[in-house]
Amino acid sequence: MNSIIQYFKEIIQGVGSLLKGMRVTNRYFFSPGKIVTQKYPNNRKDLVMFERFKGEVVMPHNESNEHKCTGCGICEINCPNGTIEVISKTIITEDGKKKRVIDKHIYRLGMCTFCALCVKTCPSNALAFSQEFEHAVFNRALLIKTLNKPGSQLMKGVE
Amino acid sequence: MLLNTISNALSTLSEPWWKIFYDFSSLTQAIDEGLRSSLSPFWAVTIEMLIIGVVFLLFYALIGLFLVIAERKVCAFIQNRLGPNRIGPYGLFQTIADLVKLLFKELIPIKNADGFLFNLAPYIVIIVNFMVLAALPYGKGLHAIDFNIGIFYVIAVSSMSVIGVLLAGWSSNSKYSLIGAMRSGAQIVSYELSIGLAIITVVVLAGSMQLSEIVEAQRTGWFIFKGHVPAFLAFIIYIIAGTAETNRGPFDMAEAESELTAGYHTEYSGIKFAFFYLAEYINMFIVAAVAATLFLGGWMPFHVGNWEGFNRIMDFIPPFFWFFGKTFFVIYLIMLFKWTFPRLRIDQLLTLEWKYLLPINLVNVLIMAFLVLMGWHF
Repeated sequence: MNSIIQYFKEIIQGVGSLLKGMRVTNRYFFSPGKIVTQKYPNNRKDLVMFERFKGEVVMPHNESNEHKCTGCGICEINCPNGTIEVISKTIITEDGKKKRVIDKHIYRLGMCTFCALCVKTCPSNALAFSQEFEHAVFNRALLIKTLNKPGSQLMKGVE
Repeated sequence: MLLNTISNALSTLSEPWWKIFYDFSSLTQAIDEGLRSSLSPFWAVTIEMLIIGVVFLLFYALIGLFLVIAERKVCAFIQNRLGPNRIGPYGLFQTIADLVKLLFKELIPIKNADGFLFNLAPYIVIIVNFMVLAALPYGKGLHAIDFNIGIFYVIAVSSMSVIGVLLAGWSSNSKYSLIGAMRSGAQIVSYELSIGLAIITVVVLAGSMQLSEIVEAQRTGWFIFKGHVPAFLAFIIYIIAGTAETNRGPFDMAEAESELTAGYHTEYSGIKFAFFYLAEYINMFIVAAVAATLFLGGWMPFHVGNWEGFNRIMDFIPPFFWFFGKTFFVIYLIMLFKWTFPRLRIDQLLTLEWKYLLPINLVNVLIMAFLVLMGWHF
């Protein structure tokens, strides 16, 4: 007798849970609320990518063309597939000290896996991800980028 | 000459053209008389059959293409997406573009496949579809063949589509196809019972197997209301078993993408694949149309007993649109199943059929017979 009650109980519970699911999908069908589809090439002008999106590695510069990269090379060591190459040079500062600054910070976009190890481990937060995602080019050489802008300098106070 | 005959027939119609939607028999009779007046009876019948064949071909393609786009749109809205939106207004011509693409694609010959059976399989599936479509009542006077065992014919023929599926799986010489076909066979054979018993429930209530009589019997109320609890249970069981019959929704183990690539049509390409794909959707249409005819009154407008005024208002909507409205309502339900429920395992599927649907169904038929005997239905 118990098992018979159990049998009908299972049926009623099962139908109840199925109806609950169908109510949800039915509600979404008639009032989908926010449509998540981006009509991409049409809304290219006003498309805003979300902040966490990893487009490509960039080196932010401030208004006076200064960056925070000290040329320590930690990003180069941490990069698992040799995407980053830091070419540094030594200069002599005004007070006669020798100092290492970067000459070129080379970033090969074509090899990057966007693992973010360089951005996370940078001791002076010199690197960041931009939200740019239209990377297609016709020539592979264009994917090799120099991140520091020409004539840029190390920001004051960053060692 | 043929066109002349038809246009003459049309011009002899006494009513305005839109009256046709209320009753197609005047149009068909006019065409018949027009043909018979100018041709010998043999040629008249031949040409009538040709016309009906072409109409069904067009109908098949249109319904198939429409259902594919409808399915994509429904699932898109359920998932907060837009669905196809590039070709035509709201992406409505997407499936036509897909069809053109499939027509142009190469038919890849499969090494070691059984060529004859491999090519035969899609045609069996399609022919079965056509045979069922011919027996359905679409509107008043819009009924190609009215057998006196109509609904029996429909189940008998529609269960033959499993042959096409099994042939496709067997002749492809591929493990995925074979497993998919075997699963589909087990599924269709077991769910055939539930469909049959659910239909028997209605046949008991209607007292006839002729589809036109079943529709006529619902003039005073649809069977789902007339037969109250047992009819409603039969409707639910029919929808579940029908979804399983068409290898859709939560019961699509025959073509479980994540396990069997594409099931029995893994090896098919181009237009042969399109045939299977279309046949699947037409099967869904057939299941929905039969459900609409048996439980929701077919082309009969919504009538309540003897409320004359109310019934007359409902009669203003042509029967043709009632039929398609009900059919698409049932199709929407079936689509909702697919996009809500997760796929069942094969043992769960058979448990559902043999432990739950079949016993309930047997008791249900008994209750319905008792109700009819005592005259307790409306």
